[in-house]
Amino acid sequence: MTTLWVLCEPKGSGVSTTSLELVSEARRLDGDVTAVTWGDHDVATELGRHGVSTLWHLGSFADQLPAAPVAAALAALLADQDIDGIVIPASYDGRDIAGRLSARMDRPVLTNVTGLLVDGGLVTEHPLFGGTMNARARVTSPGVAIIVVRPKSFAIEDRGAGAATVIPAPTVSSTVAVASIVHSSITERSGPALEDASIVVSGGRGLGEASAYALVEELAQLLGAAPGASRAIVDAGWVPYAYQVGQTGKTVKPTLYIACGISGATQHLVGMKGAQHIVAINTDKDAPIFAIADFGIVGDAKAILPQLIAALRARV
Amino acid sequence: MHVAVCVKQIPDPSVAPRLDASFHLERTAKILLDEADAYGVELALQLVESAGQGQVTLVSMGRDSDVTGIRGALAMGATSAIVVSDEGLRGADALTTAKVLASVLAELNADLVLAATESSDGYTGTVPAQIAELLGLPALTFATTVQVADSTVTVHRQTEDGFDEVRAPLPAVVTVTAGAVEPRYANFKGIMAAKSKTIEVRSLNDLGLSALAQAWGEEVVGVTPSPSRQAGTTIVDDGQAVSALVDYLDSIKVL
Ligand SMILES: Cc1cc2nc3c(=O)[nH]c(=O)nc-3n(C[C@H](O)[C@H](O)[C@H](O)COP(=O)(O)OP(=O)(O)OC[C@H]3O[C@@H](n4cnc5c(N)ncnc54)[C@H](O)[C@@H]3O)c2cc1C
Repeated sequence: MTTLWVLCEPKGSGVSTTSLELVSEARRLDGDVTAVTWGDHDVATELGRHGVSTLWHLGSFADQLPAAPVAAALAALLADQDIDGIVIPASYDGRDIAGRLSARMDRPVLTNVTGLLVDGGLVTEHPLFGGTMNARARVTSPGVAIIVVRPKSFAIEDRGAGAATVIPAPTVSSTVAVASIVHSSITERSGPALEDASIVVSGGRGLGEASAYALVEELAQLLGAAPGASRAIVDAGWVPYAYQVGQTGKTVKPTLYIACGISGATQHLVGMKGAQHIVAINTDKDAPIFAIADFGIVGDAKAILPQLIAALRARV
Repeated sequence: MHVAVCVKQIPDPSVAPRLDASFHLERTAKILLDEADAYGVELALQLVESAGQGQVTLVSMGRDSDVTGIRGALAMGATSAIVVSDEGLRGADALTTAKVLASVLAELNADLVLAATESSDGYTGTVPAQIAELLGLPALTFATTVQVADSTVTVHRQTEDGFDEVRAPLPAVVTVTAGAVEPRYANFKGIMAAKSKTIEVRSLNDLGLSALAQAWGEEVVGVTPSPSRQAGTTIVDDGQAVSALVDYLDSIKVL
């Protein structure tokens, strides 16, 4: 029997999508799921519905980076538990919490996990080299395994169960100086959210200049898609970071992914290779993106995109 | 102002990586400073320059047989470097790495510790948070802009949908994203000056951390090729490509 706890990260008035993915997977591996959360919203109903029976609540931690106080409270809570592992979403805060928890509990941390299995103990799967190889790892010393799981690794399952029982965790004061959030700025964007869109149209450095990204946006709008980007053009300041797809950006799993002027670096591929269909437009016939594309065009994106937009407009 | 920057030398990322029999990355390619670290080095130099005085100390763990990458960062203008090198650290996990770096940093007692958000070869991405916890410091991670004034550091921190302005008292750990600043190129004067700068090499024993040698609690049990995606059709645009693409989009029923 493998006992996995799930750290559920608050987002908006609920929890993050990745948290629900982890709860669903924990429920598949272990019939009875215990989760841990923090924040000011009541998430017991949402988590209960997805299979959480017991929900520990660590505190509010409003207006500050949660990593230090969450890790302090979580470490104290886990000290008395005999469990195999705690799974944590691979988000900004999730990664920081996992790091601090690892140092505080003196336990190793396994990151970039995309699969979990039980094989004489808990085994984690990690994509290597842009997902062309798959490594399996495990914790060798006795105690809890701290496991950070990438978004979109598991399917969400709604079990229609009742609300989880909430238990307030003992208060632990962290001795680390508070990192205060003074102000939050949200990048406005139209259309579907990148992570949830069923079609994503992404642009890369091959577009040549920032103004050519308008073609990507126009195509996205026509298809009801979300516009995305490679890191090269985010770093260049053409589009905001919130558009970035890949290892250090968003993980997307749409029905269709259209890559325009993107070479297909491994760090980009890990963020999109789960797409059902991939279309690539690139002037270089040897670009790595073509190795995973279902339909590739060797050609100039700046010539092809306007033609495609015109062809699609002509149909409606 | 004293800024410590955690840096890592990695095998040239443009050479396809390979694993050896014990699943460690083969280090046969040329060793370079991780490009992700250049931003931290540049930021440290800018902060010390605008403070009017101070020093930038590089802290690294890795083999000391080739320190070209570290020299490169010294040529950019960093003051000195400390490299922890020990056979007992080969294949070390993130927590062990953090313990080693934290032990050097504790001694330096810098005002600010900078690091990249993750290394380009291992990309665990937890070492800075682990260091912060070991040192009892706040950590402002994923910073796209960094400002220091009145013993306070303020950053713009990337979030899933924009950024947060986050503030903490010094000393603190800050991780910087690529693009936060524009790294300078070392000039001839810098390269010459770097030749005489100190790179101090320490062993686990020197740090009193011999117990950490090969003592991490995780292992890779196997590496297998993933079921790969098959490449589909690729056509060369001859002016007709768009109509073929529209047919393809029709066939997968997305239009
Ligand atoms: C630690 C780390 C994390 C990273 N994380 C990410 C990440 O999350 N996401 C990410 O995307 N990258 C990431 N990267 C960067 C990644 O390695 C690549 O540098 C980046 O993806 C390249 O972006 P690109 O494909 O737009 O640019 P390039 O690699 O420069 O490719 C441009 C492509 O456009 C083609 N082209 C040129 N002209 C045209 C034209 N007229 N029409 C069509 N095609 C044209 C070229 O043939 C080329 O293939 C990361 C790197 C590191 C080290």
